[in-house]
Amino acid sequence: MTIRPRSVRRGIGFTGLALAGALTLAACGSDDNSSGDDKKSSTKAAAAPGAEAPKGDCGTGKLAAAGSSAQKNAMDEWIKAYQAKCSGASIDYASSGSGTGRQSFFDKQVTFAGSDSALKPEEVAKAGAACAPGQAINLPMVTGPIAIAYNVSGVKDLTLDAKTIAGIFSGKITKWDAAEIKALNPNAQLPGTAIQTVHRSEASGTTENFTKYLKAAAGADWTFDAAQDWKAPGGQGAKGSEGVASIVKSTQGGISYMEQSYAENSGLGIAQINTGAAAPVKLTPEAAGKAVEAAKIVGQGNDLKLSVDYATKAEGAYPIILVTYEIVCEKGTAADKLPLLKSFLNYTSSAEGQKVLAGIGYAPLPTTVADKVRAAVAGLS
Amino acid sequence: MSTTTPTAPAEPERKAPAAKRTKVRPGDRIFSGAARGAGISLLAIMAAIAIFLVVKATDALSKNQGSFLTDQGWDPNTAKPAFGVVTLVFGTVVSATIAMLIAVPVAVGVALFITHYAPRRIAQTLGYIIDLLAAVPSVVYGLWGYIFLAPKLLGLHSWLSDYLGWIPVFDKEQAGVTARTLFTVGIVLAIMILPIIAAVTREVFLQVPRAHEEAALALGATRWEMIRVAVLPYGKPGIISASMLGLGRAVGETIAVAMVLSPSFDLSIHILDPGNTTIAANIANQFGESNEIGRGALIASGLVLFIMTLLVNGAARVVINRRKAFSGANS
Repeated sequence: MTIRPRSVRRGIGFTGLALAGALTLAACGSDDNSSGDDKKSSTKAAAAPGAEAPKGDCGTGKLAAAGSSAQKNAMDEWIKAYQAKCSGASIDYASSGSGTGRQSFFDKQVTFAGSDSALKPEEVAKAGAACAPGQAINLPMVTGPIAIAYNVSGVKDLTLDAKTIAGIFSGKITKWDAAEIKALNPNAQLPGTAIQTVHRSEASGTTENFTKYLKAAAGADWTFDAAQDWKAPGGQGAKGSEGVASIVKSTQGGISYMEQSYAENSGLGIAQINTGAAAPVKLTPEAAGKAVEAAKIVGQGNDLKLSVDYATKAEGAYPIILVTYEIVCEKGTAADKLPLLKSFLNYTSSAEGQKVLAGIGYAPLPTTVADKVRAAVAGLS
Repeated sequence: MSTTTPTAPAEPERKAPAAKRTKVRPGDRIFSGAARGAGISLLAIMAAIAIFLVVKATDALSKNQGSFLTDQGWDPNTAKPAFGVVTLVFGTVVSATIAMLIAVPVAVGVALFITHYAPRRIAQTLGYIIDLLAAVPSVVYGLWGYIFLAPKLLGLHSWLSDYLGWIPVFDKEQAGVTARTLFTVGIVLAIMILPIIAAVTREVFLQVPRAHEEAALALGATRWEMIRVAVLPYGKPGIISASMLGLGRAVGETIAVAMVLSPSFDLSIHILDPGNTTIAANIANQFGESNEIGRGALIASGLVLFIMTLLVNGAARVVINRRKAFSGANS
């Protein structure tokens, strides 16, 4: 008779959901740099005679930042250029999304956050707690035009206005040869194909700014909320600007909104906007800059929160723009981070830093705004 | 049956390990301590994660102005958060069901072919290829799904709605030009879970006792009859377990669904129209721009997925246990 082995008890396995994206960013303490002058002054500004340009103005150490993915390309360029200039500095920008960036800022995991929207009233207290005893401020830094990109064969230089765009994206205008579009484009050969609208499937600042434009400029023709999620029925959603661009490219009659660089890289047509000004406005960095210039500063003191007038009729101003901010502590940044933070933001808001933007699909800040940003950066303590 | 073991011979045997236990060597003690510590720390970590998730979720749920179970919509980041999980649950269940309906029969067929039909060399190569499929990252399936597969499935969509449109599920309400629908998602998921199910079922079919198969053949069964009476009944618990593994991947699949599906929060039973969304895809789409309540809401939806998975796994376990008695697995 053999004894059977005791049956092994079976436990029920649990599976864990680990949603935690842990941002552990080591903070290397660094003492004030005095000998941080570096030798290889690669910038043209510094090469000019009488170079008292921001060359000795180098911070050292590490800086962690996170937030808006719309800023990613700009930040990448800036960080590359800044680190080439200042060898002792290491800056890390995680493009995790504005909401995550702001949360990381509240949790003091990052020194500044990139955000597609300024701090909301209910967030100001939280941000203040992270900056105690100071306050958090919004600094507009990266602005860019949002292109209305379309794929209609044989149609170039399409002109649209806010009412028509609202009609298209709310599903009221369904054919490319609709009377509304014809009226704006008397000379174009518009086909009878159906309009296929594409929007972002995930929450995004681009959607928020685009719907803000529609709400402000199209009035009664756009009845949906301006939000990060697409609220209008119909159309198809695609993930990310690259997803939206690729769907429009592969869909005859497709139209969507996206950052300029994605529309250009995919070879899509970009509509010009009839704002009510004398001539329809083509999308250019300067035209977007004009719209930023027309924006009012609604923040107090050094808080440079902007209120964009999307319904602007100013000559040559392209009204569909995305304004993104850096959220920083006006007072209360850790002393070991402060020199680097100030130096980096001073660079990004300088003429030299802003010039980089035009080449990669953004619009440089108008000088009036940039001056104020630099003044605010100088006042950080 | 050895249930009525005589007590006399059992006594000394039971004493023997007890006697051994008195002189435990340090190595044993260290090992058992380490193993116990590992087990306890796992439970502690699990408990910590569960508590964290539940706290975050209840926080958001208490601020929800809408009904979490029935609301169609997801607005947790506004001043008046309102979000509901019904569309997400529906999309998750439907896409996973489609995936299972397609993948399980095909996977069982593949496994049977490899174990019982294919010449040995082909069987081996095929086995390798299937294992390889399981290693393809899901983002690749997502890219392939929305760039290549969805446009190709447009024809199938209109065919289905033309001929089966009288069934409400196959009715197309939007004269859409896109096949980025729950149906397509189900097909992509089916391809993703196929290798897992096929690989596990193949192993199970290889375990079928040779005696069972030969007995069936000796009774005059054809090969198909042998498979039906000997292989499939024996493998049933294994097929169910394998399907559960596949189902786990299907309901939890995130990025591929997020890329392929054109989502909306309005519940629609028309699976050939773009719309609906799944729990996991919604988490991927919303996480980046969520504030604290938004994140809590997503965690709450994740807990719903967790509960769904537990229920399905529990049901599967019941089925497996009931089948075990008939399968001959304990022979």
